[in-house]
Amino acid sequence: MSSDERNSIEPQSVKSIDPGAAAAEAVTGRDDKHVVSRRWMLLKAGIALNGLVGLVLAVPIFRYLLAPWRKDSSFDSWVSLGQADAFPEGETRLAFYKNPFRQSWDGETDNVACYVRRQGPGQFQVFAINCAHLGCPVRWFPQSQLFMCPCHGGVYYADGERASGPPERGLFTYGWKVASGELQIDAGQMPTLSNTARLVNIQVGEGNYPCRG
Amino acid sequence: MPRIKRAAERVYAWLELRLQLEAPVKDAILHKVPRNTASWWYVFGSAAFTLLFLQIFTGILLALVYVPSAGEAWNSLNILNHQIPLGWFLRAIHGWGSNFMVAVVLIHMAQVFLFGAYKFPRELTWTLGVFLLLMTLGMAFTGQVLRFDQDAYWGLGIGASIVSRVPFAGGGLVHLLLGGPIIAGATLSRFFALHVFVIPGAMLLFAALHVWMVLKLGVNEWPMPGRLVNRSTYLAEYNQLTHEDGIPFVPGAFWKDLIFSGAVLAAVAVCAVFFGPFGPGGQPDPSIIQTVPKPDFFFLWIYTILSYLPPQMETPFILIVPLLGIALLLALPFYASEGEKSWHRRPVAILSVSTIAVCFGVLTHLGTTTPWSPHMSAWSGDPLPAALMRNATPLARQGGAVFQAKQCRNCHSIGGTGGERGPALDRVATRMTADQLRFKVVTGGGNMPAYGKNLSPAEIEALVSFLETLHPANERPAYDAAQQSTGTVGQSSGASMPASSPAPQSTGP
Repeated sequence: MSSDERNSIEPQSVKSIDPGAAAAEAVTGRDDKHVVSRRWMLLKAGIALNGLVGLVLAVPIFRYLLAPWRKDSSFDSWVSLGQADAFPEGETRLAFYKNPFRQSWDGETDNVACYVRRQGPGQFQVFAINCAHLGCPVRWFPQSQLFMCPCHGGVYYADGERASGPPERGLFTYGWKVASGELQIDAGQMPTLSNTARLVNIQVGEGNYPCRG
Repeated sequence: MPRIKRAAERVYAWLELRLQLEAPVKDAILHKVPRNTASWWYVFGSAAFTLLFLQIFTGILLALVYVPSAGEAWNSLNILNHQIPLGWFLRAIHGWGSNFMVAVVLIHMAQVFLFGAYKFPRELTWTLGVFLLLMTLGMAFTGQVLRFDQDAYWGLGIGASIVSRVPFAGGGLVHLLLGGPIIAGATLSRFFALHVFVIPGAMLLFAALHVWMVLKLGVNEWPMPGRLVNRSTYLAEYNQLTHEDGIPFVPGAFWKDLIFSGAVLAAVAVCAVFFGPFGPGGQPDPSIIQTVPKPDFFFLWIYTILSYLPPQMETPFILIVPLLGIALLLALPFYASEGEKSWHRRPVAILSVSTIAVCFGVLTHLGTTTPWSPHMSAWSGDPLPAALMRNATPLARQGGAVFQAKQCRNCHSIGGTGGERGPALDRVATRMTADQLRFKVVTGGGNMPAYGKNLSPAEIEALVSFLETLHPANERPAYDAAQQSTGTVGQSSGASMPASSPAPQSTGP
């Protein structure tokens, strides 16, 4: 009996290469398709169990994968750019801050640059460094009072309005306020066409944002 | 010797009893292929497969040293380049291997398309091939990100800006792409996972299925004009062809594959030795804004398109056209699965491939010269030709200084140097009168910013006086016929007229 089994290993394995034939054999063999056999029921139960467990596991896995997907407002935070009086009136200066959401392995990538334009006492505009076209870093030319983008040639006027090139709009602006002599901006995420950067509209005054505390 | 041979045979028999690989391998290498497919046109697929394994092998070797951390990646690449013996060579092979792979995959695809090899029953082989092309490009992009220099950083910014244009979900998709609110540590980590685990894993699976189908369905026969593919008869015809005029795949066709793959590997190595590794460029510090980001070679054409699209067309174009293109490629074998295979009778196919090739070439060339970008240092770096200043009036010289100081040169060339964003101004005085020049400078228009607020009246007068001198000596500058007939020409442009070479103007028409 046992030697018979050993001999039969090869032909069986050859047959089972073709799953259709194997299934046909299962049906035409001892299985009657009108009778719910134990082995087929258990197989289906096994599939159902794995499907169920998979579904249960999929929920936390998707939650984990979607973890970075957060509301814009969850990134709002006030960041200081230093003493407001350090920015001379009538000039546009490059300023830097550390992004408030950072990890120890970010290296230099959390150094963010922005342009601060001070028109008068208590009158600021803070522009993102990113071109409104595709995010390249724009450069300020004080002589011609223009921002120029090195990538695709977007140009903006001193007040951030679009002057020429492919951008659809002016430079992105940060909300700002002056608190205890410091210029603070509402920063936290890379400005793009899809986030609040699009909606902020700087007004001249004590700061265009209600203080969020 | 016979004893060694017998021992080897015993080992082989021991292994074969357990592995049982002999029959399937023999099947694969000895299966008959049509004689005329043993052609040098059929070697690109196997070369792409070889390059895939070169990339995996060299990628693993680089991963022995590379640190996938935003804080350390750039440093570890520099250590690979300069401190690890032959680290630069491994980086160079991996970089050039990537370029060769994209090129070979594109050539393979064009050949398959022109030979009608995507038709019945090889539709699925083509479909998987389209995904393999997309994954190859995905590997090229994520690989550029892993180089984590300034180009990688701002390239990610461009990617995020494109994704942000998706309606409604744009903001969330940007966060998913970057792994957080800004380009930072989380961004590099997820691109590392994509480049090293996700895409290569999928590529291996897809490439294995792709090759499996080539073995099972047979190599596409050499297309003959007039021999049409018919779903009901093709398989029998192909079987007959391989039986009557077939040769075993090995060695009949395979020797050409081997030689071409070897030649491609040699070419990669030669490029690596002579041209060296790619970057890394400047450190990925976004507070260093003196940078001109540029994508790698195979993405330059996209860079060009993005700069030439009109602003209002940009979002729909970026979001819709790539999807349409991919859908078209995927659908191709399903709406053209039968009929003529030969390129001799498929003029549209020839036209499509040559149009795409010409567009790719032109757009890539423009991407290397970037005529749309202002030259950021032309105003301070490119001198005005001395000849222009020789007989110039003090006012015109003052205007030349204004021209340089106000960065006009960044977009306008004179004497062959300067930006190409705006027109070259060597002959501008022959095109525009003094009044037109003044108007254009003050109000701008088209791609020209308005300088009205940034120039004093004196500066504008000086600038226009300088621009009026920009015409060939034997060609008079443009003039306003109406003003001239009433005799006011002398008043309106009197300040600038003597500035240019005086002979032609003073005599008048």
